[in-house]
Amino acid sequence: MLRVVSRRLVQLAITLFALMTLVFFWLRSLPGGPVDALLGERATPQTRELLTKALGYDQPIWVQYGRFLKNVLTGNFGNSIRTGEPVIDVISRSFPATAELAIAAIILAVGLGVPLGYVAARHRGRVLDNATIIVTLIGISVPIFFLGYLLKGWLTQGVHLFPPSGRITTGLDNTEVTGFFVLDGLLTREFDASADALWHLVLPAVTLATIPLAIIIRITRASVLDVLDEDYIRTADAKGLRNPTVRRRHVLRNALLPVVTIIGLQTGALLAGAVLTEKVYNWGGLGTLITDSISGSRDYPVLQALILLAAVVFILVNLVVDLSYAVIDPRVRVR
Amino acid sequence: MTRPGGLSTLAEHKRRRIDELTARTAQAGGVSLIRDAGRRLLRNPTAIVGATIILLFLVIAIFAPLVAPHDPVQRFPELTQDLTVDHIPGPTAGHPLGSDPLGRDFASRMVYGARQTLFVGVLATMIGLLIGVLLGAIAGAVGGWVDVLIMRFTDVMLALPSLLLAITLVALARESTQWTVIMAVAIVNVPIFARLLRGSMLAQRESDHVLAARALGVKRRDVVTRHMLPNSLTAVIVQATLTFAVAILDAAALSFLGLGDPDINRAEWGLMLGVDGVRYFEVRPELAYFPALAIILVALGFTLLGESMREALDPKNRR
Repeated sequence: MLRVVSRRLVQLAITLFALMTLVFFWLRSLPGGPVDALLGERATPQTRELLTKALGYDQPIWVQYGRFLKNVLTGNFGNSIRTGEPVIDVISRSFPATAELAIAAIILAVGLGVPLGYVAARHRGRVLDNATIIVTLIGISVPIFFLGYLLKGWLTQGVHLFPPSGRITTGLDNTEVTGFFVLDGLLTREFDASADALWHLVLPAVTLATIPLAIIIRITRASVLDVLDEDYIRTADAKGLRNPTVRRRHVLRNALLPVVTIIGLQTGALLAGAVLTEKVYNWGGLGTLITDSISGSRDYPVLQALILLAAVVFILVNLVVDLSYAVIDPRVRVR
Repeated sequence: MTRPGGLSTLAEHKRRRIDELTARTAQAGGVSLIRDAGRRLLRNPTAIVGATIILLFLVIAIFAPLVAPHDPVQRFPELTQDLTVDHIPGPTAGHPLGSDPLGRDFASRMVYGARQTLFVGVLATMIGLLIGVLLGAIAGAVGGWVDVLIMRFTDVMLALPSLLLAITLVALARESTQWTVIMAVAIVNVPIFARLLRGSMLAQRESDHVLAARALGVKRRDVVTRHMLPNSLTAVIVQATLTFAVAILDAAALSFLGLGDPDINRAEWGLMLGVDGVRYFEVRPELAYFPALAIILVALGFTLLGESMREALDPKNRR
């Protein structure tokens, strides 16, 4: 197990290294290079020269590359062009918002998706099954930002069921501990803040969960159908096992493996979905940060760090998923 | 707990199933997988529904000038006179869907939108497919360090979620045009096609028909192009059909993020939804509803067709 983890971590390092190299040279191959990106095209030659010197862009590219690698390894991504703050601060401030949203979405998607997929499979070919298939197909065909506006328009304007945007009611004097507002409220016993944050979380989480939910339902259904075809289920039937717990153990546990894979892959897609969802609900997390960094002049230092962060999260989640196979299914020996 | 009776029935059941399958295959008279799959596809209502939707939109796209009531970029005085930030005229005589935020005929823009949207989707899919197939074929056919290099490259691309990669690509291009969007969406799909094709090539490398061709002294290039590529094609076509749906959704998402085509005359559903549709959602939600519905329908059509094609081509489902 330890060997697997270490080998995968080495792979992760190689992938990140390649990604960093690509991003580095890409930025420098832009017309005008990063200095133009920083100053815009209308800067005077003097300021341009000053900045070129200050940032060390007059040195050979290999020296620059070496320094870039060293900076990245020490967590120094430079300063944001927009705000001038260190990139690492900007990102760590936005991170909890997105993590909270993504966790809520994945809980929704898995918590609803697996049971729904199971029920659909058990009702194969009947109305419930067909309805589920149609709904999930539409679910993966909807542009999720449109769904976000739809929910917002229907549930926040006329009826005021949910707050239209933000993470928490402004003016609610909540104490920040971890940056996860729902958790913070529980930790500091400000339960009203927790409830308020949870209320704000509902619509964005539903929006973000739509696609993973549809996909998890479909995969669970297909996987359960496959298992129901297996001989050992026929054997269980032949033995006259009717106990629902036993059935669930036989079927669901064996059907779970592909579902877990998909959950891992969807976590990556959540990061992309968060960019859209956060823009709809003005959420103020990493997604908002990405949108802000690309609108108008591009904030390359922030973008660069976000790209690397997304890759790290995606690869780590999938590593955890691969390792969890062994726990779910003892037949799988992790290689 | 072994009961000889029970076991024998189980074995019998299996044998019966195999016999049944052989009988059916014999009846089919050794039809090729593709023809067989095609026949099954025509009997599958899901496939028919998908194909009908696609065909319908294709006809609208091709005959857009005949279907549309007006020119999609012309501004109409009778529409602009009532136009304010808080009011966009709804349906009137001659303008069945009313106006867009610039006083243009919305119905005509929807019709021409079929053209632009299919154009973006098809082109993005085709470019991604061509580059991916080329890389995958090279990796699979050449092997060695070329294979390793190409596969590591796809690994790096797959380390980012697809939409995030598309955002990155457009952001790195500094300014966006219709082509940036098409290329970004296309490149995102390159690793998928590349891996698909490489896998299929590797599976075939040791198969009998390739060994036979090699033994007969067929040139290596011909072995790849004539004997291996055609066999990988079905999987690629299925993937392309599914990719199309993702491509137009991604293009719409890029428009929403302000990374889309900056041409205000361009009538493309993703742009109409992602820019004006959401901006005027509280004023006139129809500006979002119609393009969204069109996108959902087209994406659904391609997904339905793609999935039923995959199902039909799966040898497991052969009867």
